[in-house]
Amino acid sequence: MTAIQINSVEKSYKGFKALKGVSLTIEQGEFFGLLGPNGAGKTTLISTIAGLIRPDVGSVQIHGHDVVTDFREARRKLGVVPQELVFDPFFTVRETLRLQSGYFGIKNNDKWIDEVMENLDLTSKADVNMRALSGGMKRRVLVAQALVHKPPVIVLDEPTAGVDVELRQTLWKFISRLNREGGHTVVLTTHYLEEAQAMCQRVAMLKSGQVVALDTMSALLRRVSGSQLIVHLKSGDLPQDLRHLVSHDEHDSGNGSGNKYSLRVNDYAEVEPILSRLRESGAVIDEMQLQQADLEDIFLQIMDKGAL
Amino acid sequence: MSVVSVGFRTLFYKEMLRFWKVATQTIAAPILTAMLYLLIFGHVLEGRVEVYPGVSYTAFLVPGLVMMSVLQNAFANSSSSLIQSKITGNLVFILLPPLSHWEILLAYVAASVVRGLAVGAGVFAITAWFAHLSFAAPLWIIVFAIMGAAILGTLGVIAGIWADKFDQLAAFQNFLIMPATFLAGVFYSIHSLPAFWQAVSHFNPFFYMIDGFRHGFFGQSDISPWTSLAIVSAFFAVLAAVAINLLRGGYKLRH
Repeated sequence: MTAIQINSVEKSYKGFKALKGVSLTIEQGEFFGLLGPNGAGKTTLISTIAGLIRPDVGSVQIHGHDVVTDFREARRKLGVVPQELVFDPFFTVRETLRLQSGYFGIKNNDKWIDEVMENLDLTSKADVNMRALSGGMKRRVLVAQALVHKPPVIVLDEPTAGVDVELRQTLWKFISRLNREGGHTVVLTTHYLEEAQAMCQRVAMLKSGQVVALDTMSALLRRVSGSQLIVHLKSGDLPQDLRHLVSHDEHDSGNGSGNKYSLRVNDYAEVEPILSRLRESGAVIDEMQLQQADLEDIFLQIMDKGAL
Repeated sequence: MSVVSVGFRTLFYKEMLRFWKVATQTIAAPILTAMLYLLIFGHVLEGRVEVYPGVSYTAFLVPGLVMMSVLQNAFANSSSSLIQSKITGNLVFILLPPLSHWEILLAYVAASVVRGLAVGAGVFAITAWFAHLSFAAPLWIIVFAIMGAAILGTLGVIAGIWADKFDQLAAFQNFLIMPATFLAGVFYSIHSLPAFWQAVSHFNPFFYMIDGFRHGFFGQSDISPWTSLAIVSAFFAVLAAVAINLLRGGYKLRH
């Protein structure tokens, strides 16, 4: 089942094109990452999904319900954690969550509210006014507000920006559980790429309002191979026919007994032929390490090139 | 759409809770202001002005002050709630859920009516000690109080949506609501005005609200209460249509 369908969405602000024909399909149950530098259009796209921004061209559907023409059904399916740390200073945490349940048409929701508060370590703050909470606690309440109606689709716009490690762990534990056990779709934007790499099954990268990469995390990590085979030679030298693989070499600054080379490899299968060629040439390997590319390498490469 | 849906009731309750939590500012302060008006104007003009035969000036003033308080507080409730939510960003809590445009409008207006009537009742309870009042047609009192509060609550929704800053809202209040209220016959009967200004007063919808409300007390008014009711109802319908279209179109709410 398709959770979110985004069709050729364009949006301009006073001549500035924030989104230039973005199309995406996110399936139910996916943990999806939306990445990109500041100003790439991530928040505009999320606001369009949430119905806070209306696209100039194109459409967005949540579970088949258009976010403009069939907004009530679409919004019932969606829980959004906004990026800004907003709160209503008139109310306590529990009042805030009860009110949010009511806006979604849910009465007597205290059992679920208590569970959400417990999972986000908010129980001790239930009767505290929102004004008295720290930034991290307010962020937790925002997450709780997005979850009060048990939405099948959860969108988190930089939920861990400026929050401590404890909240990140608490939050990801709970969100992962919702995704894994409850089958909730999770769409995440974050600047912490290691978070995205750890959590997301599939990723879209946005640059200047366009999708410049869209793939599963594993395929993306494979496709943009930045894997490095680092060899430290005790004796001998790198054969000429392997030198085109060198991405970076550094001479041992220690006792001058050997050379260290970083060789670019696209696949694990390429490792053995390299080692075999080194043996044939008489080189002796002292140390060896296979370093895999991470999402940050990929992100930087894609943002440099513009597209894959 | 059901007007008694959980969504409507929740937003209505939230708006009520919002003003109740700061009741000193939203209820007690306007009552004190109205009492000061009565003491000063009533003391200065008592015995010098007789607007209706057999009705003292202070007695004439009380319904006007009550209605003025109802109108101003109904406007303040919806407009200040919306502008605060817009500026602090927490309006997103209303914009993300599946609330219909009607649910949003009616919840804000209903809460404004409650606050307007609460302040009006308070003003009446205090000021009635200073004058001998009659209740010639109590139903008109209730009808015009509710209609007036609903109109100003709706106008507050429009102003709250339109304004981007507090000073824009203050301008709306100071240059539109206040003059329209003061020039609607709170302190005088329009029959005491020159012909030109009498004619101008007839274009002020606030005049019909106050005149109809006062009719409920004294059984006499400048205009038939039925005419006033028709005009007031038409004005409400126009404002409600404007407000619902602003909400539907997402004007300054959804970009």
